[in-house]
Amino acid sequence: MLCDRCQKRPAQVHFTQVINNTKKQMSLCSTCAAEMQAESLGGLPQLNLHDFLAGLINHHFTGNQIQTKSLPQVSCEKCGATEAQVAKSGLFGCSECYSQFGQGVQPLLKRIHGSSQHTGKVPRRTGGKAIIAKEIRILKGQLQEAIRQEEFEKAAGVRDRIKDLEQQLQ
Amino acid sequence: MSLRETVSNPYSKWLDASGPESDVIISSRVRIARNLVGYPFPHLLGYDNADKILYAVQSAIESAAIKEIVGQLELSRMTELSPTERQILVEKHLISPDMLEQPEKRGVVLSADEVIDIMINEEDHLRIQCLLPGLQLKECWDLANKVDDGMEQILDFAFAEDMGYLTSCPTNVGTGLRASVMLHLPALVMTQQINSILTTLSKLGLTVRGLYGEGTQATGNLFQVSNQVTLGLTEDEIIDNLIMVAKQLVTQERTARLALYKEQQYPIEDRVWRAYGLLKYARSITSTDTMNLLSDMRLGVDLNIIPNIPRGLIMELIVMTRPAFLNKLKGEDLNPAQRDIFRATLIREKLNSLS
Ligand SMILES: [Zn+2]
Ligand SMILES: [Zn+2]
Repeated sequence: MLCDRCQKRPAQVHFTQVINNTKKQMSLCSTCAAEMQAESLGGLPQLNLHDFLAGLINHHFTGNQIQTKSLPQVSCEKCGATEAQVAKSGLFGCSECYSQFGQGVQPLLKRIHGSSQHTGKVPRRTGGKAIIAKEIRILKGQLQEAIRQEEFEKAAGVRDRIKDLEQQLQ
Repeated sequence: MSLRETVSNPYSKWLDASGPESDVIISSRVRIARNLVGYPFPHLLGYDNADKILYAVQSAIESAAIKEIVGQLELSRMTELSPTERQILVEKHLISPDMLEQPEKRGVVLSADEVIDIMINEEDHLRIQCLLPGLQLKECWDLANKVDDGMEQILDFAFAEDMGYLTSCPTNVGTGLRASVMLHLPALVMTQQINSILTTLSKLGLTVRGLYGEGTQATGNLFQVSNQVTLGLTEDEIIDNLIMVAKQLVTQERTARLALYKEQQYPIEDRVWRAYGLLKYARSITSTDTMNLLSDMRLGVDLNIIPNIPRGLIMELIVMTRPAFLNKLKGEDLNPAQRDIFRATLIREKLNSLS
């Protein structure tokens, strides 16, 4: 089935729009769904997030946009959540699911957030290497700034510190 | 203040209308989602495991780390509260309506001033929230961050180096941070600028929804604006973005108010005084009417049309006149018609006590 809006890409998402109290059902590709969602934000209840996720997950897990029914049943070894359950509820079963469901997850996150790399807070006690990685990111910013300001002595110091940290990472 | 008092007192710190930009921004909220390693997320959590998480949080808030960093916190299981009391926590925005289902699995941690609030076993194991009046997003984040620091010394949070904090819904992963402001935008609604503003905000990656109301018909002209993206930005970036947008909305709303008042002085004054009159003398009034009239009255207060009404009182009336709170105040379950009468009585008493 093709997307009702662009008639080009395959439909993955059921989109319900409420205009003047009448419900309008559409089947959309994820691109059009995202655009419609942005456009219609004036009229608040729009896209069902779970349908949206279901579309994305199915798409990425199978690599096949059309056949969502003949999915191979992948499930999380830790919590037992199946792919179908995740797609239906829009929720992962446990924190292990993120690695268990593998390849599909990164593109999914990218689609939702425009990024798949965390740059924020790292837990101090259990953050491990992420703490160092974060510090390196911050220092790299400072290095650029120092170079821009032509503070080369400072830049050299920052560069040394980055080298130290990068060694710790290995 | 104990939880008992929380559910019997309509006043919350976030209502006191004393914060910065409080003529437009009612309150600021920051919520961070955290999950414990080794347990399924709440929607797959059995009773035993739900219980273990409640115990783990209990021991964390009793720890020296939390007491030192944050102070005294109190955990209540949902089952310790009556259904009316649970509903009141929802009406005060301290817990989400989802917390009312399967109360056996859920609990809430509150600080005495109701500024810190942790929902346990909602969509994630912990949802640490801070709620302050006016535009105080930075202050909210600092506080939530501190609570998280303290909790983290005791609890092992699920975290991946690349994806950040792991949450039940992938829309929260990364920072797990949802920051929001509640705004009162009557002039932008009246001048019909609101829809184009909402569209613009959505393009900036922000979510807008009406508070209490459904869809675009935001009851009482109250809107909540929050960040959508939680991954790929730092917490400070998310907070700063939202502050920038909130300040812009404050400017636009103030400009619209002044222009509106200048161009249509009598219609506006009439509208404000009619609202005041209805609220002060009505004998029966619905919840939706109340919200809309309180919004008009508040606009009158902000434009100095009506003197001597504290903004805090208006916010207190909004919470106090919600259905569950009325039942609690009356001490019995009222039917809708009885509630409308009791609501009108209560508002009359409050407004008459001022003059
Ligand atoms: Zn399309
Ligand atoms: Zn799992």
